[in-house]
Amino acid sequence: MGILCQNCKQAKATVHLTDIQPDGEPVERHLCEQCANQEGVTLKPHEPINLMLEKFVKLGADLQEAAERTCPECGMTFGEFRSLGQLGCPNDYKVFADLLMPLIERAHDGGSEHVGKVPGRADSSGKKRAEIHRLRRELDRAVESEDYEKAAKLRDRLKEMAAGSSDEH
Amino acid sequence: MSIDDLTSTVGEWLRGTGPMSDVVISSRIRLARNIRNYHFLTKASPDEQKEIYRCLVDAIAETGLDQNSFFVDMEEIDDLDRQVLVERHLVSREHAEREGSRGVAISSSETRALMINEEDHLRMQVLRSGLQLESLWDEINEIDDKLSAKVEFAFDEKLGYLTACPTNIGTGMRVSVMLHLPALKITGEIEKVLRAAKDLRLAVRGLFGEGTEAVGDFYQVSNQTTLGRSEEEIVDEFATRIIPRIVEYEKAAREALSHQRAVQLDDKVWRAYGILENARTMASDETLFFLSHVRMGVSMGRFHAVDLNTINELFLQIQPAHLQKLRGGVLNGEQRSIARAEFLRKRLGGNSHN
Repeated sequence: MGILCQNCKQAKATVHLTDIQPDGEPVERHLCEQCANQEGVTLKPHEPINLMLEKFVKLGADLQEAAERTCPECGMTFGEFRSLGQLGCPNDYKVFADLLMPLIERAHDGGSEHVGKVPGRADSSGKKRAEIHRLRRELDRAVESEDYEKAAKLRDRLKEMAAGSSDEH
Repeated sequence: MSIDDLTSTVGEWLRGTGPMSDVVISSRIRLARNIRNYHFLTKASPDEQKEIYRCLVDAIAETGLDQNSFFVDMEEIDDLDRQVLVERHLVSREHAEREGSRGVAISSSETRALMINEEDHLRMQVLRSGLQLESLWDEINEIDDKLSAKVEFAFDEKLGYLTACPTNIGTGMRVSVMLHLPALKITGEIEKVLRAAKDLRLAVRGLFGEGTEAVGDFYQVSNQTTLGRSEEEIVDEFATRIIPRIVEYEKAAREALSHQRAVQLDDKVWRAYGILENARTMASDETLFFLSHVRMGVSMGRFHAVDLNTINELFLQIQPAHLQKLRGGVLNGEQRSIARAEFLRKRLGGNSHN
């Protein structure tokens, strides 16, 4: 029924050590937990199995929750990203920031911040184009949702911009 | 200019000129960009994708980047033509195989290709033969400046340029150098080089990039990290440290071979030439393998039956799509192998006794 602690010779030895002597000879020692502690041998505390299970289940739930997190802009879920390897829109970098950062740092050898080129400002024609595209998309959406009043307004605005009479100039 | 015109020539990047061109085939830099306020292509509807396409086509025209170049609508050309562009490294395989609105603006010298709707909305790339990374960076930086005046790119102060795949964020820059390392392969030292490259966080791939084997002793070395270092740092590391060192190793291996195993070396070159010049059926990998040995002989000044330019041309023209284009029709695998052998016989020496 097991061995007794070599030190106190009372409690059951549960810590089994192999010390390497200065001459390279291995010496086995068997101690009880208390004596081992006194010698400064640190032990991993035993975790009750139910606590471990609980943690495990919670981790699973966290993963499940993470996989279901969804970007409101594009509808991409983190789970979908994991299987695709690609994101759905720039906003995903904000929505999944805490989940992505460890991946990003690993992929970039610890790099976590951009230190390179910063884009210059778009000139007026660039801004105008972006605006035209935005309006066009809004128009599509308005037509789709049968909001014809809004669509008419957007159409007028687009016509104005195309004619170059926009107030940006 | 059309795709048919391309097939009988080689692009600038395969011309076999430029610094260190005995070992360095070509240099390439590409930048990945996405337009602000649009979804990445994984979540863009076909209409949105079309809009992104139009927006970038307009921007390219407005900056004058369409001059001396031609534009290819990838939806309008057939598989064979798309494959020709892949073989010339003007578009990626991924771009050729995707669906929906997409295209590419190619400069007539084939040193610049602006891919629209690849994995990212815009992938710009510049190519040169030999090791010419600094001038490539200046060129692509200027192209990027011009385009960012016309379209606003998705950018985050902390994460830099935002890309569909998080492995490209930051600079969005991939520097790639295509190397011909036959001597390191023969001496077996290539494994050491590949391990060192891995330690330096470099990707080493084959002739056609991602997922391709290093056939014909061609190795494409590129950076993997794009965040946390500036464009200039990445370029500088490649141009002054990484590549010159690998070139040095290859040259030392060539030196050693020509001193210690000259007969074996010449035997490899001549055998390769003999097969290329006489075989009746040749698969493309096997052709690359033998062309590689001949190229080594030529660039070491030991073999003069053919010049480097012809060899470089052959590397391209024996590729499946080029071969079919030159023969004027679609061929199956077996027909291609026969056509390839015929083509090689004609180009090398032109043995009439067949």
